[in-house]
Amino acid sequence: MPLPADKVGGRAQTTDTGDRGGLLRRALSDFGPFIGFVFVFTLFAILGPASFTSFYNLKTILTQSVIIGVAALGTTYVIISKGIDLSVGSQIALGPVVVATLINYFGGGTGALVLIAAASGGILVCGLTGLLNGVLITRFKIVPFIVTLGTMQIARGVAKWIALEQTVPTPANWLNNLMLVDPDPSWLLFAPGVWICVAALIVSAIVLKYTVLGRYVFAIGSNEQTARLCGIRVDRFKVIVYSLCGLLTGVAAVLQYSYLTVGDPTSAVGLELDIIAAVVIGGGSLNGGEGSAVGSIVGALIMAVLRNGCNMLGVPNFVQEIIIGAIIVGAVLIDQQKHRVRTKKM
Amino acid sequence: MAPILKLENIHKAFGPVRALRGVDMEVFEGEVHALIGENGAGKSTLMKILSGAYQPDEGRMLLDGRPYHPRNPRSGREAGIGMIYQELTIAPHLSVMENVTLGLEQSRLGWIHRRRDEVVQALLSLGQTGIDPDAAAGSLSMGKQQVVEIARVLLSKARVVVMDEPTSSLSASDARALFDVVKRLKATGVAVIYISHFLEEVVEIGDRYTVLRDGETTATGSLTGLSIDDLIPPMIGRSVEELYPASSRQFGDTLMTAEDVHGLLNVPGGVSFKVRRGEILGIAGLVGAGRSETLRTLFGLREGDAGAIRIGKDRRVKASVMSPHLALEEGLNLLSENRKEEGLAVGLSVRANLTLSRLRRYAHSGWIDLSAERERAAHWVDRLGVRCRSTEQPVGTLSGGNQQKLCLARLLHDDSDVLLLDEPTRGIDIGSKAEMYRLIHEAAGQGKAVVMTSSYLPELFGVCDTLAVMHRGLLSDLRPVDDWTEEEVLRYATSGR
Repeated sequence: MPLPADKVGGRAQTTDTGDRGGLLRRALSDFGPFIGFVFVFTLFAILGPASFTSFYNLKTILTQSVIIGVAALGTTYVIISKGIDLSVGSQIALGPVVVATLINYFGGGTGALVLIAAASGGILVCGLTGLLNGVLITRFKIVPFIVTLGTMQIARGVAKWIALEQTVPTPANWLNNLMLVDPDPSWLLFAPGVWICVAALIVSAIVLKYTVLGRYVFAIGSNEQTARLCGIRVDRFKVIVYSLCGLLTGVAAVLQYSYLTVGDPTSAVGLELDIIAAVVIGGGSLNGGEGSAVGSIVGALIMAVLRNGCNMLGVPNFVQEIIIGAIIVGAVLIDQQKHRVRTKKM
Repeated sequence: MAPILKLENIHKAFGPVRALRGVDMEVFEGEVHALIGENGAGKSTLMKILSGAYQPDEGRMLLDGRPYHPRNPRSGREAGIGMIYQELTIAPHLSVMENVTLGLEQSRLGWIHRRRDEVVQALLSLGQTGIDPDAAAGSLSMGKQQVVEIARVLLSKARVVVMDEPTSSLSASDARALFDVVKRLKATGVAVIYISHFLEEVVEIGDRYTVLRDGETTATGSLTGLSIDDLIPPMIGRSVEELYPASSRQFGDTLMTAEDVHGLLNVPGGVSFKVRRGEILGIAGLVGAGRSETLRTLFGLREGDAGAIRIGKDRRVKASVMSPHLALEEGLNLLSENRKEEGLAVGLSVRANLTLSRLRRYAHSGWIDLSAERERAAHWVDRLGVRCRSTEQPVGTLSGGNQQKLCLARLLHDDSDVLLLDEPTRGIDIGSKAEMYRLIHEAAGQGKAVVMTSSYLPELFGVCDTLAVMHRGLLSDLRPVDDWTEEEVLRYATSGR
């Protein structure tokens, strides 16, 4: 039975005007992170010293953003699936301790094999932490916030235990070069860590868009009940998501080791909040079903630019914190605007 | 005697759906007034208007002879309308006394004035001596928790108390105790509007009654000397509209057999039936009878306790190990009654929703062939006449009827053999309903087996080949739909006989 013509016409019309009215808002929400990045960057380019836009400084900013960036990519999966992982900060402390300890355990050698084994060990330990998170969340039906709040403490404690509450020094080695602002060889232009981050970004962006896993992550986050109805083994994919987050955090942890050149169990305190902030600024929604790899990296870049620019301007630390806090809230406000546009049309 | 509450010609529409179209009702002091009608007759809408949650489009309401037009539930409450909802609104961690005075706290400079005596008095007037006012409300039985709610209404000086399906979550003995409470309640002089599906209850406890059908008052009067059979005719007896496609299908092999399936908490409590290729089996019953639970147990969304599901001739899956994943592999598929909360991921695109349960069709070792997916999505949207601007549009922007068609499109896209349709036409307009009926028939004509539930009886009579009725988790015999009368269905649904 056809619908009455006036009703069909009426609906089409309201949809049209809705589109026109929301165009600016839509652009703001879809490209919000980019616009924010361009804005912040331009601001410092104008206000800051000329050295802010120097190539060296740009390289520095990129290098400073990758640890949070890579970990934010992992957290992006979790947040899209409507989860949260508070343990990533502690994992970034635990990972370097494991890497350093393994290097020393292998006799302090600096051969490629030893270093690769040590780095893999660090990544693996973080991956296992993620696996533990996933299993606890799905098996025992404990909310992710609580589970990862617990594993955050546990990972921190284990890091201190392994390191015997001290920093673990290691002989100078090739892994330390990953975070050199002036890379060696110089034709790399940027620190190897930046390229690792770019690779992780490309892989994550592709996984989220073009693979079954990515689609399921969105589906679970958007509506877990629908996912279950459609035969998706939700628990299994959640375990995969948290493990994947752990593995990527492990990569970030290796970069952290490279940056510190030691294993320090007391480093990266509170870093999980910066990581989550990067994802949220980049358009990730804690309500699930939304977020993107590119957005999360842009979020990490915004924070790195802010820190760098403020330091150059001599803005005190507390002002930076206030600004970053305001940006987080602003990003969420934009996110809500997007939702309002959507519900209006329902 | 003048009525304490009088409703005259109340109308209410939601978009194209006319939920109420002329309701009249008079309620007198100290009576239990039963409000009855089938699902969807408009009882809930009427109660929401009475409470102030909705405003009527037309008509007037008089409370104590004065115009009563609550703008919101708060002003309704202050005017003297007390609501007791099906789902209890007890704060389990607070004490009984705190719960009774919840929202009615009297305070001086922010200090709560304890009204212990009033609370005890209220409980006493309901015949409750065994409830400790200091006990945590969550530690009480469901029946006692309900008494706490009633006491709250008493304390709020309500003139009219509305009870919506008060026995639906109670055991038989708690229900009996509730009747006693209701009798005491009316003895205090308030009027009770008692909404129930269970006609035996209505006849037992009610003084007068009003029947709603399709948003209109069809009968009202005294219950003295009336029996259940007197109440059924005004509830049904609407003409079967020309909505339903004519059916002439041959049934093929049996596609699915439920073998004594038991679910969680014994709902369903041992259900057996079979459905054949080309057959549309309808399951009638009241809300809460276990129809959805039965379909969900068959599909593995609800934990199965015992029994098995036989698919085709040789596959047999125990109900306890059934899962949606397995069910889909075996060719079962479920359309959820809850479109927005479960049926669809409203934030995702039309395309993503359509293919979600058979994404593997487009996947090669984990990679999705997006162009093939888009092409098929466009094909199905077109075929089922889902109106959308593009397949990339978020599902939340579609109308209800189009969303429901999309739900069905997913099942058909999956090419499952057995379609379990839970309330497939809930909340959609009449035009979309007719299209759904046509699509269901088309699917059956292509050799699928359909099991559908509906709370709208004429729809089951119009669409189905075979019908069974559910009562408290148990299914009646299956009979060809022509061998049932609406009276028989309603009788079984309300009494299990």
